[in-house]
This record gives sequence, C-alpha cells and structure tokens, in this order.
Amino acid sequence: MYFVRYKKTFVLGIIFILLSNIGQVYIPQLIKQGINAIEKNAVPEAVLKFVLLIALTSLLAGVFRFLIRQTIIVTSWKIANDLRYDFWNHLQKLSLRFYQNNSTGNIMSHATNDINAVRSFVGPSVMYTIDNGTKFLFVFFIMLSMNPLLTLYALLPSPFMTLVVYYVMSRVHAKYTKIQEKFADLTARAQENFSGIRVIKSYGREDYETENYMYESKEYLKRKMDLVKLQAMFIPVFLVIAGLSFIIVLWSGGIQMIEGNFSIGELVAFYAYLGMLIWPMISFGWVATMIQQAEASMKRLLKILNEPYEIQDSVTTDYNIKEIHGQIEFKNVSFGYAANLPPVLKEINLKIEKGNTVAFIGKTGTGKTSLVNLIPRFYDSTGGEVLIDGVNVKNIPLQTLRKNIGMVSQENFLFSDSLANNVIYGLNGTSDNAIEKAADIAQLSKDVESFPKGFETILGERGITLSGGQKQRSTLARALAIDPKILILDDSFSAVDTNTEEEILRRLKQFMKNRTSIIISHRISTVKDADKIFVVEEGRIAEEGTHEELIELNGIYADLNKRQLLEEELSEMD
Amino acid sequence: MAEQREDEILGKAYDSKLMKRLLVYIKPYKMYVIAAILFNILVAALGPLRPYLSKVAIDDYIMHKDYNGLLLIVGILFASLVIQAVVQYYLTYFTELMGQKIIYDIRIQLFSRVQKLALKYFDRTPVGRTVTRVTNDVDALNEMFSSGVITVFSDIFMLVFIFIFMFSMSWQLTLVTLAVIPLLFYATFLFRKKVREEYRNVRTHLARLNSYMQEHVTGMNVVQMFAKEKQELEKFSSINDDFKNANIRSVFYYAIFFPFVELLSAVSISLVIWYASGEIIQGILTFGVLTAFLQYIEMFWRPVRDLSEKYDILQRAMAASERIFNLLDDNTMIKNPDTPVILQKVRGEIEFNNVWFAYNPGEYVLKNVSFKINPGETIAIVGATGAGKTSIVNILTRFYDIEKGNITLDGIDIRNLNKRDLRKHISMVLQDVFLFSGTIKSNISLGNSDISDQQIYEAARTVGADKFILNLPNKFDEEVKEKGATLSVGQRQLISFARALAYNPQILILDEATSSVDTETEQLIQNAIEKLLVGRTSIVIAHRLSTIQNADKILVMHKGELKETGNHQELLAKRGIYYRLYELQYKDQEITKTA
Repeated sequence: MYFVRYKKTFVLGIIFILLSNIGQVYIPQLIKQGINAIEKNAVPEAVLKFVLLIALTSLLAGVFRFLIRQTIIVTSWKIANDLRYDFWNHLQKLSLRFYQNNSTGNIMSHATNDINAVRSFVGPSVMYTIDNGTKFLFVFFIMLSMNPLLTLYALLPSPFMTLVVYYVMSRVHAKYTKIQEKFADLTARAQENFSGIRVIKSYGREDYETENYMYESKEYLKRKMDLVKLQAMFIPVFLVIAGLSFIIVLWSGGIQMIEGNFSIGELVAFYAYLGMLIWPMISFGWVATMIQQAEASMKRLLKILNEPYEIQDSVTTDYNIKEIHGQIEFKNVSFGYAANLPPVLKEINLKIEKGNTVAFIGKTGTGKTSLVNLIPRFYDSTGGEVLIDGVNVKNIPLQTLRKNIGMVSQENFLFSDSLANNVIYGLNGTSDNAIEKAADIAQLSKDVESFPKGFETILGERGITLSGGQKQRSTLARALAIDPKILILDDSFSAVDTNTEEEILRRLKQFMKNRTSIIISHRISTVKDADKIFVVEEGRIAEEGTHEELIELNGIYADLNKRQLLEEELSEMD
Repeated sequence: MAEQREDEILGKAYDSKLMKRLLVYIKPYKMYVIAAILFNILVAALGPLRPYLSKVAIDDYIMHKDYNGLLLIVGILFASLVIQAVVQYYLTYFTELMGQKIIYDIRIQLFSRVQKLALKYFDRTPVGRTVTRVTNDVDALNEMFSSGVITVFSDIFMLVFIFIFMFSMSWQLTLVTLAVIPLLFYATFLFRKKVREEYRNVRTHLARLNSYMQEHVTGMNVVQMFAKEKQELEKFSSINDDFKNANIRSVFYYAIFFPFVELLSAVSISLVIWYASGEIIQGILTFGVLTAFLQYIEMFWRPVRDLSEKYDILQRAMAASERIFNLLDDNTMIKNPDTPVILQKVRGEIEFNNVWFAYNPGEYVLKNVSFKINPGETIAIVGATGAGKTSIVNILTRFYDIEKGNITLDGIDIRNLNKRDLRKHISMVLQDVFLFSGTIKSNISLGNSDISDQQIYEAARTVGADKFILNLPNKFDEEVKEKGATLSVGQRQLISFARALAYNPQILILDEATSSVDTETEQLIQNAIEKLLVGRTSIVIAHRLSTIQNADKILVMHKGELKETGNHQELLAKRGIYYRLYELQYKDQEITKTA
C-alpha cells in the first residue's frame, strides 16, 4: 500500500537500474575491443577511442547508479517515515488498557527495530534484487554470446555460492538468536545481581555470584564462537568458489587461446564479467534472509496496527454537546480490567452536584483511581452508566469531555520541556496570565523564583529534577491552566507538606467556586472540608457523608481519623 | 536519557593512556597475536600472487602454446587458493577467539569489581547503568580486539604486496596505475569523514525520535487527558521528518561515493590500457602484465576501505573503554582492615557506643545511639518510618561505615574485622524478600555447597515452608522466576526465613514485613519467627505485636535518637512515644487476636 504512493519513483528507479547495468556490462566489451586493437597493432588513436569510451561509459553508468540510490533508497526512508507516522497516529488513539498490557520497551522495539527491518526490505533488498537480477541476466547472455562453452565451465561453481550463502545465512540467524538469548541472560543476571546486592553481600556470596557469571559468560563465548565457526567459513568458501571460476577461465580459455579460438581481450572481458557476477551470487542468498526478517517484522507491526480503538466517538455521539457543566452521576457502575479478573468496582451509585467538592478516601487498591478514571473515559465501565450533566459519557464527544476535565493523576508525569510549556500543555497558544494564575494557586510561584530561568527552566533529563512535591504542584498547575469544569485530584498532595497543602486547598476553594472537584486522598486533613466524603472499600462505597457525619458514624473513617491524629502527635514529639 | 547521552559521547579515536591499559589485556594472548600477524602476512601475499601467476601463464605458456605449463600454473593457482582459504578460516577463528577471551576477562574483572563496591555506589547509580557497563560496553570492545588491531596488519601487508608485484613487473605501469590512488585515498577518507558526520547527525535525530517516543508512550495518558493528540502528532511528524531527511542526506554521500570509486577504477583501467598499448606495440610490455595489472586495480580498493573503517572501530572502542575503566577505578568501597582480628567463635554480644551515622555528610540519621545486647538476647527496634531503624542494621553489617562512635562485636570493633567474617556470623532477613532466578533450593542455600540438601530441607521444615514447597510440582527443585513472581508474599518470606536458618548464624537480623498476609500464613510466619530467634542474638525491626511482647528488650527509635528502652509493660507504663506507637501500629493486632 505504501509502494503505491511512490509507484512513479520506483518505476524510475528500475529504469535507472537497467540503464546503469547496460553501461556497466558494456565496459568489458570496450576493454576487450581495446585490447584486441592493441593485438592487431592498431594506431594509438584507435586505442585511445576505446579508452575514452570506457571512462565515459563508466561516468554515465555512475550517474545512473547515483540516481538509483536517490530514488529507491531515498523512497525507502520516505516509506519508513510514513509507516512510523501512521504507527504513531495509531498509538495515540489506543486506550490506556493497551499501555497497561504493553510495556514501553516493547512498543519502542516495534517502532524502531520492526520499522527498520521493513525499510531494509523496501530499500536495499528491492534495489539489490532487481539490480543484481538484471545484471546477472545481462552478463550471462553476453558471456554466452561470446563463448558458450567457457561460460558454462566458468559458471559451474557459482550456484554453490548462492547455496552456501543461503545455508550460512539461514543458520547464522538461528545461532545469532541463541547469542542474543545468552546476552539477555547475561544482562538479566547482572541486573538481578546488582538489584539483590544486599542479600549477596550479607550472605557473603560475592565469589559464588562471580563464578556463576563466569559460567554464563563462558557460555556466551561458546555461542559466539559457534557463530564464528560458521561465519569464518564464509570468506574462504567464497574465495575458493570465485577463484575457481577464474582459474577455469584461465585454463579453458588458455587452451582455446592456444588453439586460436579465443583472444586476450576476451579473456580480460571474461574476468571482468566474473567479477561482476560474484556480488549478485552473494546477494541472492543474503536478500532471501532479509526478506524473511522483514516479513516477521511486518506481521508484528500489523498486529499493533490492527489493534482496535477501544475508546472513541461512536454513532451515538452527540456533537451538539459543546460544553460541560459538571454534574456527575454513577448509576450501578461496575468495572473490571479484564473479563477473567475480579471486578474492581461493584455497583457504584453516587451523585455529585455541579460546583460541589467531594472526596474519596480509602486504602490503596480499593478502586478509587479506577472510579475516577471512568469520568474522562480512560476506561469505559463494564456495567451501568457514568453520566455527566445527565448524558452518558460515551455520548459526549471525547474532545469536549476531556478538554473540560482537569485531572491530576498519581504519576505526576511531566515532559522534558520548559516548566511554562508544561503548565500550558492543555492550552492552545500561550497565555502568561494563565501560567501565573495557575502557578499561584498551585503554590508554585516561590519555587519558580528559585529556578535558574524561572518558568523557562527545562525540566527532566536535560534540565533540573523537581522534587516530588514540586512535580505534584506543577501537574496541578497544568490541570488548572485549562480552566476545567471538573477537577480531579488523585492523591495529588502526598508529597506536599501539610502547610502548603492547606494553602493550596484554601486558594482552590476560590477557584473552584462554580466547578466540580473530586479529591482522592489518604489524608483526613485533605478531605475534611469536602461537601461530601465517600469511603471506598473493596470496590464499594462503604460510608458517605460530611466529615462530622462520618465521625459521628464511628466507622472506618472515624478510625482513620484517630490514627492520623496520633501520627501527627508523634511526629511533633521530640 | 542522561544515560543514553553519556553512552553516545564519542571522543578521540586514539588515546594512548586508554590504549596502554587495553593492551595489558592482550598480554596473556601474545602467542595468538604473533601467530595471527604471521598468518596475516601469508594471506596478504597469496591474494596478490594470483594475478602475477596469471601473467606467467599468459606470457610464458599460453603464448608459447605450452599445455603442460598452463596446467602447472592452474595447479599452483588452485593450491594457493586452497591454502589461502584454510589459513583465512583459522585466522578468522583464532583472532575472534582471542577477542572473545579478552572480552571475557574484562567482563569478569568488571563484574567481580562491582561485587566489591559499597552500597553507597548502588544507592547513587541506577542499576541499568552498571548493567550496561558489564554487558554492552564490554561487547563494544570485541570488535577492536578481534577485527580491529590485527586486520590493520593484513590490510597494510596486502597493499605492500600488491605494490611489490606490480613494481616487479613494470614500474612505469605501476606509476600509471597509482595515478588515481591518491584520489582514491582522498575520496575514501573524505567520504568516511562525511559519513561519520552524517552518521552522528542521524544518531542525534534518532536519539531525539526515540526519546520523544519513549517519553510520550510513557505519558500517553497525559496526551490523551489534555486531548493533545493532534498537536503531538504534528510534533512527532516534524521530528520524524528530521530523522528521514538526515538519513536521505547520508544516502546522498553513499550514492556519490560508490559510483565515484567505480569511475576511478574505470579511469585507472583506461589509463593502464592506453599506456600499455604503446609499450606492447613496441614490445616492451606483455599482454600478461596488462591482464595482471587490470586485476590489481580491482584489488586495491578493499584494503583502503577497510583501513578507513578502523578509525570508527577504534573510536567506539575508546569510548566504551573509558566508561569501563571509570567503573573499574570507582573506589566506593568499605575497606577491610590490613590486619583483621580473626574471629573463631562468636558469642554474639553487640554494643553500640555513641554512634553517629549519616548517608549524606551532615544529615545525621542516627544521633548518639548507645545500647548493648547480651548474647542470646532478642531485642526489638520500633519507631515510625524514618526513625533510623534500618540504619542501625545497615551499619552493624558494615554496609555503611559510621561517622562517630563505635560498634563492637564480642568487644571487638567491627572495623577491625574482615567484612566477610563479620557477615558470616550475621544473617539478615530483609523486608523486601529478594529471590533470585533459580530453584527453591538454590534460593535457600544461595549456592553455598557447605549447606547440604538435608540442611536445606531441615531449615524449610523448621520454618514451616516445607508444606507449600512439597506441594509444588517439582518440590525443592521448582523453578523460581525472576524476583519470585510466581510465589506469594508469604511464601517468599518463609523462603527467606529458611535461607537465614540454613546459614545458622550466631546473630540474626530480621526486618519484619508490614504487608498483610492471610491469617493462616500469618500464623505460619509467627511460628517461624519464634523458631528463628531461639538460641541466637537477634535484632528485629518489629511490626508484629507478638514479636515485641516476646522480646527481651525494646529499643524505641525516634527521629534518629534512641528515646526509650525497656520491655513492653515498662514502656507502656511510661505513656511516651512507645505508648503512641503501640496505639497506632500494634493495638489492632491485639483486637484481631482476641477476635
């Protein structure tokens, strides 16, 4: 399908291949005629004519050769580029579930190695196949026309070359895989050893571990040498087979020459043609294995490219919905990550009024995050309905839905870009005002002053590393900057000290006046002022009410409260 | 990314200091090197011999219609071919073997060096980086040792032999042939230089592309949350295009270079034929010489290209070796004393005297801690997170050294003991149980052949791990996957208890896990702990009420200081820190126990 897009260039490339090969095949003929002319004691000018023609033909062939790479190889890069673009476009539309099931490393390997293998096929493989195929035919017929019998003798050894190359290459692949496996073992061993170094040291097992590693390394060496044994055959066999052809030509051609049926010029031309045939013979075997690899890679790519979009707009999407007010309702919602796993949420029913602040509290792993993830449709519920402003979220255009929700998740992921660009990530276009305002509420302004370049400071690997609290407050600012109708804070203050947290919450109150906020936390201090608090336990709402009501209830929440007071007391002691 | 960048820095191609250190590794294989060079000379001579022989065949035999002479030459040609092939095979094999052996030596040296590094090193270095040093970086040296150093000789000798043969036949024609050689050299090295630049450029764009993808795959939920797919696609597209364009630029150089070399050889052929034509007509030169020269022209180009590739190989090897040597030179170690006190039998008396300790200079996590444990006593350490409990056990085993004060074992400062000796008497059971890939058995014995199978079974039985182990399909030989992923938390703990018991130490350190397990497993663990503590000095970072109640003494840590000492009842009566900790962490266990 990608070929079609560049059909013209490919056809052009093939024409260039033909033209260049005609030129290349013609050169030995010129050499032959030149030498024959010398043999007949021709005047130097006659020889000069051939000599100039050789250089000229070579120049022309060279120009076409240049154009071959500029068409076919360049196109292969273009195709790889298109393929990667489509791959990425596809990735962006895949839901969170896909990313949960596929590691980053795995996805990266598809985007790099597999696309590379496919490119090697469309570029070099195609070029060499056509190039060498036509060259082989040309040379073969010319040799045949010059001296059929000698051609037959000379080419006798060459099929072995293709066979040997194919034999070696196909075995190389298997051996290479074995080496890779052992290398992976070496890596895993080292990884395990360095991660478990405490145990190793405390039981004094350093020497034993080193011995083990020696054993593994030796095995690696053995497997490498296994491959070397095979690969080392390559050059000698090639030497013998190609050399044999030359010797046969010299021998049989020499006899014919003695008999007067063959000239020096023809001998030299034969030598040149044999030289031209060696590479095609090798490359046939080589290309065959390359095609196999490309095939496997394409299969893996297609598997991902055929992965369905789980979450997207559908026929029932109502594009008249242009804005969101913020009333949220869960009706009998249940949810599980996979059919064979136990459900994480069981028949949740709750209603959050527009402009309210509600909080979810509970132990880790009870389903709080899963619950809020259903609101911006990171996942779709497996049962029941999630409604916003009375409309099922599945019927709200995905863009509209997400643009109106500011979510601060636990991972507090920031891009390695400037702080400013991170904060205005959700906005289209810049607005200093938005940055300042968001940073102010998120209590980020003071930190920014201490950064070398203020808001323009680059974060991440190439810049400064933020503390956990700074990261959380930056992601909070990012969520506030889009002016959301619904704000979801998923355990966003865990690394922020209590005083700053209080200040943020105080400022947020003002900001969130007409918006709906949902706060997930483990801390009582964070949730106690919420309009309503839901205590989540094992996928269900166990308790709900205001702080006072829940204390009154003397259940899970009240117990949690008691513990946190004690902890506070303890940390204040000296 | 920082890692990646460090790994991509390519410095000079030659650094005499690094080279000297690298050559040390070749020393044990001196004989290999000498043999390889000799064989290389042989191979380098045999190749250029053949065009010469074909000249002899043409001039001396074909022209004189000597069938037998022709056959003789053909025979010699064939023999030289076979000899060259055989020698070439062994040459490749043995240079590669030498390279691999050197790599092996370096890898093992590096690995065993890392084993000796202090925990401080591991605290500040990501595991992945050290792994890369031991694996990829070492492998990068292979190319230099196997094909780099030695084949340089082969290339040079080959060129020398070609020249010798050519000169012996006709120095005038040699000069004519060589007329294009400077151009070939120049073009090749220019090409290499350009390609190297472009290659670097491609690498930079590739790194950008990869880090973009890496980062955005990781943060895909943020992209989707803010509905930025369209903008991100545009950004991706521009990075993707840059990468494509960089590649297309480097294709350009290849596209120019290869035809240019072919053109050069055609020009050279033309010159040779033209010049030879005059000489042949005058009877100065023979056709045989012309044929031979035409073959030599084809031969030139490979050694020239190979030589220019060596530069890249050397550069990569230098960059890798620099990183390897940096790690080998890392001196983050806790030194053994020069004249260690030899410990024969340990009673297990431990004393901390005014101990101060900091992971980072100035930030003390233990302040003036003093206590004494009598042989056979069990003490429990309690405290909130960050109170300094783990630090106490870390310094007792000399994972870290203290700043001030001293720690004694049976009255001897532990700094006067051999680390290995010290740790032999102390078993540590950590909160995060670390299991190695292998079998259950190997995880209990950790490969120590002094521990018999019988002792392994016994240890497992004592801690009550045998029940679940015997239920596994392969029992004690059941495979343990990486980090013990197939086992439950409780099972993993029981295995680590069995491990500690199998080593039968005089002193036991136990960091109790906080993770909740089902009641049945909990009962198993509690029983196991009781058995573990019998008859040895034990230090327990306690999370279980039962452990605390059974302890001879409880140390209450708070903010790096030892605040309260005593038994459970005494400490409760104090109504201080312990009382609150009890209310917070342990009281519930009482309730569930009675319930």
